[in-house]
Amino acid sequence: MKHLAEYRDGATARRLAAEIGRIATRRWAIMEVCGGQTHSIIRHGIDQILPPGVELIHGPGCPVCVTPLSTIDRALAIAATPGTIFASFGDMLRVPGSRGDLLALKASGGDVRVVSSPLDALDLARRYPDREVVFFAIGFETTAPASAMAVRLAERGGVENFSLLVSHVLVPPAIAAVMESPGNRVQAFLAAGHVCIVMGTTQYQPLCDRYRVPIVVTGFEPLDLLEGIRRTVIQLEEGRHTIENAYPRVVSDGGNRAALDALAEVFVPCDRTWRGIGRIAGSGWRLADRYAPFDAERRFTVDGILTEESTLCRSGDVLRGAIKPPECPAFGRECTPRSPLGATMVSGEGACAAYYHAGRVGTATGRPG
Amino acid sequence: MCLAVPGKVESIREEQGTRFGKVNFGGVIRDVCLAYVPDVVVGDYAIVHVGFALATIDEASALETLRTFAETGILDEEIAELRGESDADRPPCPTGDPGQVRP
Repeated sequence: MKHLAEYRDGATARRLAAEIGRIATRRWAIMEVCGGQTHSIIRHGIDQILPPGVELIHGPGCPVCVTPLSTIDRALAIAATPGTIFASFGDMLRVPGSRGDLLALKASGGDVRVVSSPLDALDLARRYPDREVVFFAIGFETTAPASAMAVRLAERGGVENFSLLVSHVLVPPAIAAVMESPGNRVQAFLAAGHVCIVMGTTQYQPLCDRYRVPIVVTGFEPLDLLEGIRRTVIQLEEGRHTIENAYPRVVSDGGNRAALDALAEVFVPCDRTWRGIGRIAGSGWRLADRYAPFDAERRFTVDGILTEESTLCRSGDVLRGAIKPPECPAFGRECTPRSPLGATMVSGEGACAAYYHAGRVGTATGRPG
Repeated sequence: MCLAVPGKVESIREEQGTRFGKVNFGGVIRDVCLAYVPDVVVGDYAIVHVGFALATIDEASALETLRTFAETGILDEEIAELRGESDADRPPCPTGDPGQVRP
């Protein structure tokens, strides 16, 4: 595992980190919402070159991690239905349900396929017209437009054997939930750049005003992250709280008009339960009534499944930013990427997996020694 | 799955009233839906996530991102995901699956 200092950008990165050190006169806790950013931060050791007073708290922005156990169990029930092809992003296969995971189901003969796009799932439905093809539609606002287009194309093309198990979730209600959680320490947020490609930046200003927190739209590369942190610390030091775009080369204030139109047509907001966090009002999307025939939860009987969460796993505390992964007693012991107890150890974007793969095992803060 | 990777649009076609294209990611060509970038033309760079272009990006920024991704190993992982991970074509059951006889 190489750290930032070993790359060509290392000198610039250290300069930015030193600049942040000059600006920061107090201790600040900043949450990066997105799991992709968490992965990049830990992988490159960005948290380790920041001044000690600037702490990064890892947020709940890993769609694989926050998909509720009840939905995983529904996925397992649907995938086990004879005649069904269950298509999913690869990350979901090892996420533990109450009884097993999709990978085990596949190994025992269930027809579970890994796809890298919902359009691959739609292709399967076209190729196998006598089978029911279900796509596991997880993800934040970045991914939802892909699901929306797959449903639109299925409707237009008369592909009736295609449906979605929808578990899409939204960033702004999660930010509100973090700010309202008891004992919250987060004072500012790095907003996920790729979510904002779709949604734009304007929906964040009301959150800045309501909770008096700076929110800075930030990219994923090491220098992007450091620039986002630098701008956040400047706002904190000056006592400002506004939405700022530190990723303008791909994010526009208005977002992607065509994608927003598709989302508005295909989905409507709904409450969702986040694994480890609980129910958050208005934090997800479900299919609009016009597209209800494509809802897998209407096609398959999935009610009345008894869910059972691991008692050892503290992924809920990790997802809320209450603890860092090494503070969980099971981390690196009973729980590893090969044998995960919680979804945060499964996904590449999960904070536990990020720490584990970076070799950050055994120190409470994840800082060396 | 969260990342979006820049690639160069090499061709554009229309299917069922929707625009698709071939996009080149560091040598790996993938089919990408272009419905959300209505102004994109051949030769442009686009940011692509789960098979969908979500924004266009200038060439210098795209190449810079690709360079960073390559240097840090992220590009290999994302390309493996684009190229190798999907097993949609591989039915798990060796007999009796219609996948065995598809054209």
